[in-house]
Amino acid sequence: MRGATRTRSFYYLAAVFTAFIIFLYGPMAIIVLLSFQGPEGGLTFPMNGISVFWFERLWEGVGVIDIWRAFRRSVGLGLVVMVSTVVFSLAAGLAFRQRFFGASFVFFVVVSSLIVPSIVVSLGIGLQFQLLDNVVMWFGERYDIAYVNDEFQTTMGLFTSALGAHLTWTLPFGLLIMFAVFNRFNKAHEEAARDLGATPWQTIRFVVIPIIIPSLIGVALFGFTLSYDELARTQQAAGSTNTLPLDLQGLTTTVTTPEIYALGTVTLAVSFAIIFSTLGLVMYLQRRRSAHGTDAGEGMV
Amino acid sequence: MKRWNNTALLQVAPLGAVFLLFFIVPLVLTLIVSFWDYTEYAIIPDFTFRNYQEIFEGCVTRLPDLCMTFKTYWSTFKFSFMVWLLTLVIGFTVSYFLRFHVRTMTMQVVLFLLCTIPFWTSNVIRMIAWIPLLGRNGLVNQGLLEVGLVDQGLDWLLYSEFSVILAFVHLYTLFMIVPIFNSMLRIDESVLEAAYDAGASGWQTLVNVVIPLCRPGIAIGSIFVITIIMGDFITIGIMGGQQIASIGKVIHVEMQYLQFPAAAANAVILLAAVLMIIYGLTRVVDIRKEL
Repeated sequence: MRGATRTRSFYYLAAVFTAFIIFLYGPMAIIVLLSFQGPEGGLTFPMNGISVFWFERLWEGVGVIDIWRAFRRSVGLGLVVMVSTVVFSLAAGLAFRQRFFGASFVFFVVVSSLIVPSIVVSLGIGLQFQLLDNVVMWFGERYDIAYVNDEFQTTMGLFTSALGAHLTWTLPFGLLIMFAVFNRFNKAHEEAARDLGATPWQTIRFVVIPIIIPSLIGVALFGFTLSYDELARTQQAAGSTNTLPLDLQGLTTTVTTPEIYALGTVTLAVSFAIIFSTLGLVMYLQRRRSAHGTDAGEGMV
Repeated sequence: MKRWNNTALLQVAPLGAVFLLFFIVPLVLTLIVSFWDYTEYAIIPDFTFRNYQEIFEGCVTRLPDLCMTFKTYWSTFKFSFMVWLLTLVIGFTVSYFLRFHVRTMTMQVVLFLLCTIPFWTSNVIRMIAWIPLLGRNGLVNQGLLEVGLVDQGLDWLLYSEFSVILAFVHLYTLFMIVPIFNSMLRIDESVLEAAYDAGASGWQTLVNVVIPLCRPGIAIGSIFVITIIMGDFITIGIMGGQQIASIGKVIHVEMQYLQFPAAAANAVILLAAVLMIIYGLTRVVDIRKEL
């Protein structure tokens, strides 16, 4: 199959692959380029000079929408989703190494969450909180609770309904990665720790986690980026607090200047910074590990 | 009988709680509310088939003319099928190249990541990115005018079915690549050598050995792509210039008018349609066995 020389099909397939990569990145590269349009420039080529004019405009704010507040919201929510995804997936991953009541049901539900259309999940959560609001208001009237009657507006919010919606999207990825990790995990390490008198907690803290830390960082990357860019499930579940993707979607129909490209460039830059620093960190850990052997157990010394 | 494993139950509890609160309960509520009644300003607990009747109003009597609902589903099925076919062919080719033609592990990882990175960036941005290319004065039209292939700019490039399909393929081919590549990684190369030694041509090996062994990956990728497109309204909205109907869009609009019961009924039907497709696919291949 694999001779020393390349077959002709290699070159055809390599050409297809290259075309695919250009197809993936080409459009992105073009909006980055166009975001540096001169002040007179429009939404398409030609470039009318090169400037950071549209970034300055962006910095001052896009019309009525407070884009930076949306940005801060998205980052904040992303971080919370990231931490929850890592902790919950790791814990559940550990659970799935043993048999427990309802294991296959939990697995079924998690996989379903990936394939049930986002609009359905989004609608369900929106509906749920709408009904919850009705219940809260009913209680307020019934028992004359001043706070509810005067100030209560909605239970929907960034860290209630939107957080839940995001977790239904990030956790399945996290759990599936944990499955892959523990399928390849050598249990001898744990047995050795146990033989040396480590408690279960110590085994996890000083043996298991140091070994799988690159994968946990991967789960964190999934958690943050999927949340930071999530739109379909947030749509009906975020209430009145817009995240960055929601504002971006709104801007596609209202903004007709390269300002939107500038915003796109900034968003891409944030994504790429996070992706590359994460990948760099994972590579650094792998390299250090192959140079020194695993550092599992160092924490005990 | 073994005692229940309490540690494991405790470990799975946070994840379980999230899915109970934000997945199971919302879906059950959706099903319940789909039988409720509503007025312009309130939803009323009830047990009525009104919402379902309204969705299918005239759908049977007016056949062979399609009612709104059937038309919308037909259009969505069309998109799903075309995007499925394109992502399958492209995803398979890319995976095949990565698996069987890239020789070193490091290079495989690097090229695979190259395909994956866009997945971690904003979908909306990736859609917007097509505007300067496909617009009436976009790069493609400028190029076509330049070489004299057309007399005036093509206007079906953007905000059309074409741009919707293009954007779908752009966004979701990765969902095909990952599972198919994963299936291919499990193929033992000696199997291919055996086929080759037995006199099979490259094409015969592909059709009779590689593709059957990739079936689980293909099925999983297909489920992902089809379910995403069936429920989509964002891509169809932005890339279709808000002109093309989709079921997701119908649900979205009904929610904005606070017609929750109607939206819920539509969601239930959509979910049923998606589940039927998945059931069909799992008949082709036993996915649980392959995970």
